[in-house]
Amino acid sequence: MLHFSRVKSFVVLAIVLFGMIATSPNFFSKSSVENWPDWIPGRQLVLGLDLQGGVYLLYQVDKDGYRSTRLKALADEVRRALRPAGEANTGYTGLRVRGDKVQVTIRDSAKIDEARRRLQPLVNPLVSSLLSVTGTSAVNEFAIEELDGGTFEFQFTEDGFEERIRGIVSQSIEVIRRRIDELGTTEPSIQREGTDRILVEAPGLDDPERLKELIGTTASLSFNMVDVSMSADQAEQTRIPVGSIILPSVDDAGPPSYLVKEVSILGGEDLVDAQTTFDQQTNEPVVAFTFNTSGGIKFATITERNVGRPFAIVLDDEVISAPVIREPIRGGSGIISGSFTVESANNLAILLRAGALPAKLIINEERTVGPGLGQDSIDAGKIATVIAAIAVVVFMVMTYGLFGVISNIALLANLFLIMGVLSTLGATLTLPGIAGIVLTVGMAVDANVLIYERIREESRQGRSPLNAIDAGYKRALATILDANITTLIAAIILFAIGSGPIKGFAITLAIGIITTVFTAFVFSRFLIAMWVQARRPKTLPI
Amino acid sequence: MRLLRLIPDNTSFQFMRHRKWSFPASALVIVASIAMFFTFGLNLGIDFRGGTLIEIETKDGPANIGEIRSQLSGLGFGDVQVQEFGAPNDVLIRIVQQEGGEQAQQDVVVKVRETFGETVNYRRVEVVGPRVSGELTTKGALAVLAALAAVLCYIWFRFEWQFAVGAILALVHDVILTIGMFSIVQLEFNLSSIAAILTIVGYSLNDTVVVYDRIRENLRRYKKKPLSEVLDLSINQTLSRTALTSITTLLALVALFIFGGPVIQSFTFAMIWGVIVGTYSSIFVAAPILITMGMTPGARASDKSDAAEADKQAS
Repeated sequence: MLHFSRVKSFVVLAIVLFGMIATSPNFFSKSSVENWPDWIPGRQLVLGLDLQGGVYLLYQVDKDGYRSTRLKALADEVRRALRPAGEANTGYTGLRVRGDKVQVTIRDSAKIDEARRRLQPLVNPLVSSLLSVTGTSAVNEFAIEELDGGTFEFQFTEDGFEERIRGIVSQSIEVIRRRIDELGTTEPSIQREGTDRILVEAPGLDDPERLKELIGTTASLSFNMVDVSMSADQAEQTRIPVGSIILPSVDDAGPPSYLVKEVSILGGEDLVDAQTTFDQQTNEPVVAFTFNTSGGIKFATITERNVGRPFAIVLDDEVISAPVIREPIRGGSGIISGSFTVESANNLAILLRAGALPAKLIINEERTVGPGLGQDSIDAGKIATVIAAIAVVVFMVMTYGLFGVISNIALLANLFLIMGVLSTLGATLTLPGIAGIVLTVGMAVDANVLIYERIREESRQGRSPLNAIDAGYKRALATILDANITTLIAAIILFAIGSGPIKGFAITLAIGIITTVFTAFVFSRFLIAMWVQARRPKTLPI
Repeated sequence: MRLLRLIPDNTSFQFMRHRKWSFPASALVIVASIAMFFTFGLNLGIDFRGGTLIEIETKDGPANIGEIRSQLSGLGFGDVQVQEFGAPNDVLIRIVQQEGGEQAQQDVVVKVRETFGETVNYRRVEVVGPRVSGELTTKGALAVLAALAAVLCYIWFRFEWQFAVGAILALVHDVILTIGMFSIVQLEFNLSSIAAILTIVGYSLNDTVVVYDRIRENLRRYKKKPLSEVLDLSINQTLSRTALTSITTLLALVALFIFGGPVIQSFTFAMIWGVIVGTYSSIFVAAPILITMGMTPGARASDKSDAAEADKQAS
């Protein structure tokens, strides 16, 4: 056990040296490390949000909301499919959304075949983004069931719905990224979590309100004509006309709500640009927008036909303003005025440029750590690590003398290796991660204690120093492995199931266990072998 | 230099005799812990119960806890806990989960920010909605169970089945006692607590495995000795190591508890308790339970290949 070949010695020293080199960038400031030549490793520990401060936001797609919007749209598609332009209608009745299904009944039983042919395309095959086991890569969004009495029933297929949600998450991530890029201040990470969640992490940001506003707004813009047959108040008291809806207004200048036509004349998808400017007369902030060519033509035709009538600019089911069309707008651009501040106008411009989210996102979890707390935690972690290390080092020297010194050198090498591996892997160091390191400091000496106690025992039984050391290492190995593998199992499970800071703890614990086995069993043995070679001891100082 | 000997060489404590009281004592404490759990329950943090946690720092002078409490109770959030946290101008506010789904939780933060305005710094804001808290609870319980199962498999693979059962009983003992401790001192039980429990599982097992390894070795060496004597011998032989490792680990943990800041204090507290309980259980639960489970000399002798190997090693 005490013989180390040249190659072996070289490998052992190289590993320890790697730990020291890989750790070293952490002792310098970030800016000075950036100026280092490329051949020196310059990776620093990535600090978790709980240490450097920042915002953690977990969003989930509003599945129920999406389901009902999509079913309403499907009902429209059914209506159009049964009344194709330029062909005879298929007579139907009772077209409605019922729970999570869309139902329609064909009047004339002779026309069932025709209806089936017209409705069949609506199952809407989607190309699956997942590799399918069965080999078919397309799933239908809807399944059609034919009930007695000529009734057709549409329902989401499970795979189809999931595929839709998956698509919505991808699209939403794109939109969120565009929106946040517009802010330009932070470099957040935006990633998918599971099937229907999005995780946004913005380090260094301590007020999440603006970020939340930017992400949480669906920003679905539409232009709807105002129903002038009666006011919203009248409609509420008497009866809302068919095809119109009442929407609340956020414009302080106008009435609290408007009666508008349900079908919009133009949507936000035709916008190509939006900028904040100032109204030349009132000097208030407004948002100037530009349509693409087809949107511009549509807008021109509509405004031409409706001069003198008001139309509503609707954002997420709220009326921003409802101006009267004074003259046809032919340039393909216009202005949204409302009760804006500069910031809210800026936000709206960003949202319009980045496009609408395909579905509403609901915030599930929010964690914000201010920079002050982060720094406090780093300081506390440093102090605790140093004090823990000193206590353990002193204790080991008191108990084992020279061998204690050796285990302390091993402990130091262990700390370097943990930090070095963490830096190289680009792993994130969290506060519980620091706790993991401190715990490793305490437990790392365990392997050495096991070995030394064994050497003491063997030595008491009358073995020569060399023999005792050899037997001590040999016999302790199985125990050390068993003891550390079991802890490693716990760490791996923590890593697999935990999230955020807990994951950070599991990583440091797992790395710590592996480096501990190396430093305590291999590196300390190497040091002792060197000592034995140099001194040829007759008795053991243990 | 004279070296420190915490435990003298060649001790011969008769630990097995103490199982007469250690078993009933452990059983009693377990029952008490379970009773505590069901009467007082756990002080669940927002990770598992949902709700809002806000840590603020007053800008001018020490915080007036009473005033903050009355300011917040006017907002109608129901149960609001306000406490000093680590420093006199540092205040931790916990607000229970509000009715009305995810958005309702968000409104809480907005209202609190409106209430305090610019008079405070927000050191930490955590909002956990009902969906996530439910999932975290399931995941946490799953993590502890999965760890126990994985460890059971490993020990079973490496040792005889009695050892596996003994180790798991010792672990369950430690986990239950730790949860009991959380219940008694009403320490907040959150995600870090799950991490603490799993680390305790790892530590306690580490301790148990060291003792078991020695028991296995001695069982092969001394075939004629009564089991209880072999167990006593093994524990005595490893006693010095058990004490040393517990002490270095506790030294590190105490340093973390005192200097590591208030955020991880509950984590460290649980760990300290776990190390003590884990050390106790390796000696007084895991080892003597082998006798109770009928590890017989006959069962040992049947393992001939092991015996031969032990002979070879002993010679």
